[in-house]
Amino acid sequence: MSGKNDEKVRTIPFVRQGKKLTVGEIPEITAYEAGFLTVTNASWRTETPVCDRNRCNGCLNCYLYCPEGCVYRDGNTGKIDIDYDFCKGCGICAKLCRKGAITMEKHGK
Amino acid sequence: MRTFISGNEALAHGIRLARPHVISAYPITPQTTVVEHLSSMCSAGKLTAEFVHVESEHSALSCAIGASATGARTFTATSSQGLLYMAECLHYAAGGRFPVVMMNANRSTALPWNIYGDQRDSMGLLDQGWIQLYVENAQEALDMSLVAYRVAEDSRVLTPFMINMDGFVLTHTYEVVDIPDQELADRFLPSYVTDNRFDFDSPKSMAFSVGPEQNFRFKFREHQAMNRAKKVIAEAEKSFAEVFGRQYTGLVENYRCDDAEYVIVTIGSVSGLVRSVVDELRRDGVAAGLLKIRYMRPFPDAEIAEILRGVKAVGVLEKDISFGYEGTVFTNVNSALQVAGLSVRTSNFIGGLGGADISREQIRDIFQSLESDGRRLNFLGINREEYDD
Ligand code: SF4
Ligand code: SF4
Repeated sequence: MSGKNDEKVRTIPFVRQGKKLTVGEIPEITAYEAGFLTVTNASWRTETPVCDRNRCNGCLNCYLYCPEGCVYRDGNTGKIDIDYDFCKGCGICAKLCRKGAITMEKHGK
Repeated sequence: MRTFISGNEALAHGIRLARPHVISAYPITPQTTVVEHLSSMCSAGKLTAEFVHVESEHSALSCAIGASATGARTFTATSSQGLLYMAECLHYAAGGRFPVVMMNANRSTALPWNIYGDQRDSMGLLDQGWIQLYVENAQEALDMSLVAYRVAEDSRVLTPFMINMDGFVLTHTYEVVDIPDQELADRFLPSYVTDNRFDFDSPKSMAFSVGPEQNFRFKFREHQAMNRAKKVIAEAEKSFAEVFGRQYTGLVENYRCDDAEYVIVTIGSVSGLVRSVVDELRRDGVAAGLLKIRYMRPFPDAEIAEILRGVKAVGVLEKDISFGYEGTVFTNVNSALQVAGLSVRTSNFIGGLGGADISREQIRDIFQSLESDGRRLNFLGINREEYDD
């Protein structure tokens, strides 16, 4: 399965690491990689989006519409990855992808 | 180029010189001619901006915020009920740190319905996290359009900026205005560069949610940024003077207050009349002065206290009332004096509501009443017997 979180994202002081932030560590702006300061919401998911990298052309349409901002670009391939700690499984990305690259896999199958 | 134009047209030229990428607006009197002029400039090719005709003020500001979230320089303009309809979005712009610049034509609020100028629209929204400037004439409206972008987009500030202009009195009156060359404007105003945008090279979550514990810290940072604007405004005005040769006075203007015994504190276009009355009284030997507040947010508390130190009595004249208490400018000025440990006698004069004229005679009367121990809260033109208390 593709879409593992890469090291770069993991090293940012996320809530998932249980780190408390000082005022100085708060960004000035409300734009950051997914889940910088929010609560993880992976448990909401009943379906998981999985990206077929052979089909994905890196257009980032999924990123523009993902309500959690948890789609990011794999620096090596230019294709997308999904941060599953913050993906709530809404399926918007799968619906929007014109390449049919994302399929929603049902849990508990 | 010196030319004879209305306040709204002057402001539109200032915005043109700032080269916004996106302008979104919905017309409302007395703001309408600002966006009409900008729209004409766009269609005549004098301004290369995306002009978005939206269906409401709520959409106008939402559109500007969305455009700002792609890294664009944005402009919108409104007035009165339109500003109030934007109220929800004002917080989004401020909290999201999107440096939108907006012109607000100060106009009374309903009901009774009225299209003339007072300042109740913007004064009621002081807490929305926007920088609030009040200009006094058409040249200042043009010049401050450039200053507004420079301050709002500064990485130390990143806070939206509202340029307030008294409806009709400033928006629709004509003055000789110097329209600077584009080359000078470009020298003064750098382009907007930000990380606060949809970025396809490094995709981010835009305008995210933050839980209770950290949310508080974001608000704290927002407050700090607004306070930092004080320094950035001073720097911008200094640089403005170097480039354009016109000097502004920072957060406040001190007009003959240094040796004054009686000072009127006011805001916006009525300052011109007060200045003229101060000159008359000075000729009669009365030690009168004017303290004009230019910025209501960030609030120049220290500057106000410094100027009013040693003054015998202060009258705050304003075109707004917080029903059940007093004028909001008055509350803020009193707080500044109290923080500085000054006990100056202060009283409040509410005038100009719904566009009511404020006369030279009334300004003279205010100065006269400052010499005696008058009422704390006064409404211009209302007789003593008509008050309940
Ligand atoms: S929308 Fe589809 S093709 Fe485009 S980046 Fe997303 S997954 Fe890839
Ligand atoms: S399923 Fe929803 S939350 Fe998850 S990546 Fe797709 S759009 Fe984003």
